[in-house]
Amino acid sequence: MDRKKRRLGIQAVATLIQNANFKGFFTGKIYEGASKSVCVPGLNCYSCPGAVGSCPIGSLQSFLSGIKFKFPYYVLGLLIFFGAVLGRAVCGFLCPFGFLQDLLYKIPFYKKNRFKIDRYLRYIKYLVLFLLVIILPMTFELTPFFCKYVCPEGTLSGLMLAAADSNVRSALGPLFSWKFILLMIFIVTGLIVYRPFCKYVCPLGAIYGFFNKVAIYRMTCDPGKCISCGACAKACRMNVDPSKAPNSMECIRCGGCIDSCPEKALYLGIKKRP
Amino acid sequence: MKRNLPAILLILTAVALIAAGILMHQPESVLHKAVKICMECIGLG
Repeated sequence: MDRKKRRLGIQAVATLIQNANFKGFFTGKIYEGASKSVCVPGLNCYSCPGAVGSCPIGSLQSFLSGIKFKFPYYVLGLLIFFGAVLGRAVCGFLCPFGFLQDLLYKIPFYKKNRFKIDRYLRYIKYLVLFLLVIILPMTFELTPFFCKYVCPEGTLSGLMLAAADSNVRSALGPLFSWKFILLMIFIVTGLIVYRPFCKYVCPLGAIYGFFNKVAIYRMTCDPGKCISCGACAKACRMNVDPSKAPNSMECIRCGGCIDSCPEKALYLGIKKRP
Repeated sequence: MKRNLPAILLILTAVALIAAGILMHQPESVLHKAVKICMECIGLG
């Protein structure tokens, strides 16, 4: 099986495992089992009817926005653990919303993945992380700003719950309209640009990006083999140049660059280059 | 081993943080939040 198909398979299985409460999609009732005390590695809203785990960003905000401040030892520990082992491979392989965006980008449509302001837009996710996930929830009690005003995964969960439950449907108001418009923007943009939410907005991707350089699962470029042809940079849909920065904070470890390298100079794995 | 030393140190830190969180019953707090529909998350305010 080639790398692309294998990754797609892993993404599908990871999405199914994280949303294994299938009957929830029909009843509109969310899962209440003990497995929800564990955060999943990717962005997967705990109010999704299928979710059997907790969203790490939602959980982090719930600790920070509590009436009595609690340092989020547990959630932070899990995030550091996932980051230290996989880095942004979580985004490339395990995140359900990343998987959805990968599927969207496969739809034949006008594509424009490289443009001038791309590198500046990428800083937005750090602003989202520090402002909406950390600072504002700590300042304004009981308000998880990112989940409330931005998270498109939560909006998707709301749509699924509304489809199955008339009470939820009748309660939809202006906030949902705002979030729905945002979700539509991400979906339409996702047809044109590869993973716009991951590139520009996702606070979880911003966190895991910090670990890319040290994570156990990482990339190496053999300078002896690299002929600087630029094929890897051209193939990268996250607009990274793997020959210069194989462990860039933006790399989601999809491996597209490895397949494009004519000299097989790139290696991705847990061991030193074999 | 040397290549992965920073990651191993981070994993040990993570395990210590998770253990501290468990001792403070933080998984229960996560569960408590996650078993109820999060109104803000789904856009109901």
